Amino acid sequence: MSRRSHEAVVIGASSGAIEAITTILPRLPEGFRLPVLIVVHLPPDHLSTLPELFQSRTSLPVKEAEDTEPIHPGTIYVAPPDYHLLVEIEGTLSLSSEEPVQYSRPSIDVLFETAADAYESALIGIVLTGANSDGANGLREIWNAGGTPVVQSPDEAQAPLMPEAALAHCPAAQVMTLNQIAEFLIVEGGRHD
Amino acid sequence: MTDRIVDLEIRLLLEAVFEQFHYDFRGYSMASIKRRLHQALAHFRCDTVSELQSRVLHEADAFPQLLSYLTVQVSELFRDPAYFKTLREQVLPHLRTYPSLKIWVAGCGDGEEVYSLAIMLREEGLEDRTLIYGTDVNPRALKKAEAGVYAADRIPLFTRNHQLSGGKSSLSDYYTAAYGGAAFDKSLTRNVVFSDHSLVSDAVFAEMHLISCRNVLIYFDRPLQNRAVELMKQSLIRRGFLGLGARETLRFTEHAEAFTDFARDVRIYQKRGDQ
Repeated sequence: MSRRSHEAVVIGASSGAIEAITTILPRLPEGFRLPVLIVVHLPPDHLSTLPELFQSRTSLPVKEAEDTEPIHPGTIYVAPPDYHLLVEIEGTLSLSSEEPVQYSRPSIDVLFETAADAYESALIGIVLTGANSDGANGLREIWNAGGTPVVQSPDEAQAPLMPEAALAHCPAAQVMTLNQIAEFLIVEGGRHD
Repeated sequence: MTDRIVDLEIRLLLEAVFEQFHYDFRGYSMASIKRRLHQALAHFRCDTVSELQSRVLHEADAFPQLLSYLTVQVSELFRDPAYFKTLREQVLPHLRTYPSLKIWVAGCGDGEEVYSLAIMLREEGLEDRTLIYGTDVNPRALKKAEAGVYAADRIPLFTRNHQLSGGKSSLSDYYTAAYGGAAFDKSLTRNVVFSDHSLVSDAVFAEMHLISCRNVLIYFDRPLQNRAVELMKQSLIRRGFLGLGARETLRFTEHAEAFTDFARDVRIYQKRGDQ
């Protein structure tokens, strides 16, 4: 049985997120074909400037995720503050203001679990730096669905708790540095099967 | 492919719920419904959605419990204070020119927004000429809304929101603390009608000056969003106002043309005069 090629990337990060993500994004080349969905924990009343910030570091289009919009290849979507970001099985995004999951809204678990359901084995899930355990359950769901779980090396992470928790829940995850994650994405996102 | 069997089971459950109980969740965003059904499976100790369907069809008290999983009631008093500040400072001056007012909180859940509006209208001297409708599909939520009792630990957040919204009084004037809860003053609901109404299947019931429908459309798929927005459009007077959630938009609906942006940053729209 040949493996499905990857169709999407989901990334979750908390404390130290901006530095980590702005290390990866500039490395992604023009023509990168995978959509990248990102959840970053922010205080609920934080003015969302993440899309602008990320846009300044990449030539790929970056936008705040909107309810019911179709997911386009090579586009970077950022969850808005105070909303969960979900993936529908028909390949569209939806938002929800359901209760916070593990004190977080947006929740990394919610994005990862719904994306795993939609993309099955065609998903790459990446847990980066953070000081809580959001994303651990979701990463395991990605593994269970046949997808590719990746965890930032806790040694390198600004806050190691989140990668450690993800590894504890999903020991099969590949441990990589930010540099290795970027290299891995370049290979996966440039490949047309 | 076990997942796809779950999707089939969910479709069948939602059909059964529609046929038997006349609640139509078939046009809801499925990713969210699926997550909440997973929680319901744990609550009912069922292994499969099919098993849950059987319980719901055969046990009298099961459906009301399931309904609380299928509908979402999460809000705050004066949630998104900037929204209420804009209503107060920019929308109320327009509404003030009418001798009597009707406001509809569509999808009012446990009633937080109804109490927020009632407090604001009292502060602005518009309470006596305004009728507020709070509607929801979930009868349990409507009961809670009528009771107006919220957990005491939420009060600091509510108080902060109220102040940020431009509140002219102290929130503590409107509730009494009792048994770990805060019970809001019954006089606030003197001009409030709480009622069972569905944006999915029910019709226009009154002519509104302002409709506040926040974080409801995000649970609908696009055809259902179109239906709900059409219903609200028909319910509004010319130049009536429609407030949505902070990340909701009319842009993707068929009725965007019928409205103008009134306060874009807080998602308040105004129905055009020629509609």
